[in-house]
Amino acid sequence: MKIAITANGKTLDSPMDPRFGRAPFILVVNTEGELLEVIDNMTNVNAMRGAGIQAAKSLADRGVNVLLTGHCGPNAFTALQAAGIKVGSDQSGLVKDVIQKFLKDGVGFADKPNAEAHW
Amino acid sequence: MQIAVASGKGGTGKTTIATSLAASLGNRAQILDCDVEEPNCHVLMAPDIYESSAVTLPTPLVDPEKCNLCGKCGEVCNFSAILVIGKTTLTFPELCHGCGGCILLCPEKAISEAPRELGVVETGNAGEVDFVQGRIRIGEAMAPPLIKEVKKRITRDKIAILDAPPGASCPVINTVKGTDFVILVTEPTPFGLHDLRIAVEAIRQLGVPMGVVLNRSDIGDREVHKYCADSGIHLLAEIPFDRKIAEGYSRGNMLIRTNPGYTQKFLEIFESIKRLTDKSPEPPTGSES
Repeated sequence: MKIAITANGKTLDSPMDPRFGRAPFILVVNTEGELLEVIDNMTNVNAMRGAGIQAAKSLADRGVNVLLTGHCGPNAFTALQAAGIKVGSDQSGLVKDVIQKFLKDGVGFADKPNAEAHW
Repeated sequence: MQIAVASGKGGTGKTTIATSLAASLGNRAQILDCDVEEPNCHVLMAPDIYESSAVTLPTPLVDPEKCNLCGKCGEVCNFSAILVIGKTTLTFPELCHGCGGCILLCPEKAISEAPRELGVVETGNAGEVDFVQGRIRIGEAMAPPLIKEVKKRITRDKIAILDAPPGASCPVINTVKGTDFVILVTEPTPFGLHDLRIAVEAIRQLGVPMGVVLNRSDIGDREVHKYCADSGIHLLAEIPFDRKIAEGYSRGNMLIRTNPGYTQKFLEIFESIKRLTDKSPEPPTGSES
């Protein structure tokens, strides 16, 4: 299983970024909590529209199974659902703590977006 | 001849100037309300509308039977309006700009056009003046394609007056682009000057000549006068504050209906614009060099 988490920096010690589509980095870890890949999401940070959709696409292309993030808008949520990626939203804190908590206790997966669409 | 009336700042009197200029020119004029989000010219001109047509944008509709998930559609789309994700091709019609690229590039011919309604274009008459306006569908975010449809109704042998939306972004640029002259309506206040500068900078990039009409010209300060003089922008006319004009406006009456004496002033504005846009070569000055 691959777990993706939105982050402010490139390491597991970075704080999480609460935004999904516009987080500067998305870290991918395995079920041991080891860092597999750092996705540079900077092109989406400045996208006019569709940042969440493109971020969802890059997770889908990498075969990610679970996303841990803060907020997830309606278009991103639709795209993540289509890719079969489960979303644990409303997460906060340091990346490593969020991952450890998820691996230990799991997380209630969202059944709907928890952010407004951007205009 | 096409004249756009723009402003930068809202509420300076664009529609007042546009409608009275058109009405002063009478049967020589056509007015086109390009402020499709809040078209107001009809309030002052009370036109008879005889035709209304829906404007749509072609957005993609995918046939899942034919689609083999190759993903070419998503690669060409600049707006994430279509993409292959997982085992599905997803579309987000509200993000689509209607370029048709995905339809053209699909090797399986699996994508067809599904129209999304942007709004309507209405044509009619306001007295002697030909009247056209666009009205965007509530909830629709994309004004430029609707503005382009409004502008397709420009009659070449008329003097087309285009009432632009406020601001200096895409809808304004789409209105002003291709016109012969822009009247910038502003007021002599720090707010008017601030937003005028932005509008001037935007329009300079389009290379369209412009002039300023200063509304409520005897209130506020002299900074707009100074700015126009310093930056070589022609001050076409000044309209002093007049309670009578304001009262007429509050009842939905055009400026030249409340103050018919202004008709002459508007005709003079038009003559100035004609001089300023005259592309015929300068008459020889006598010097041989």
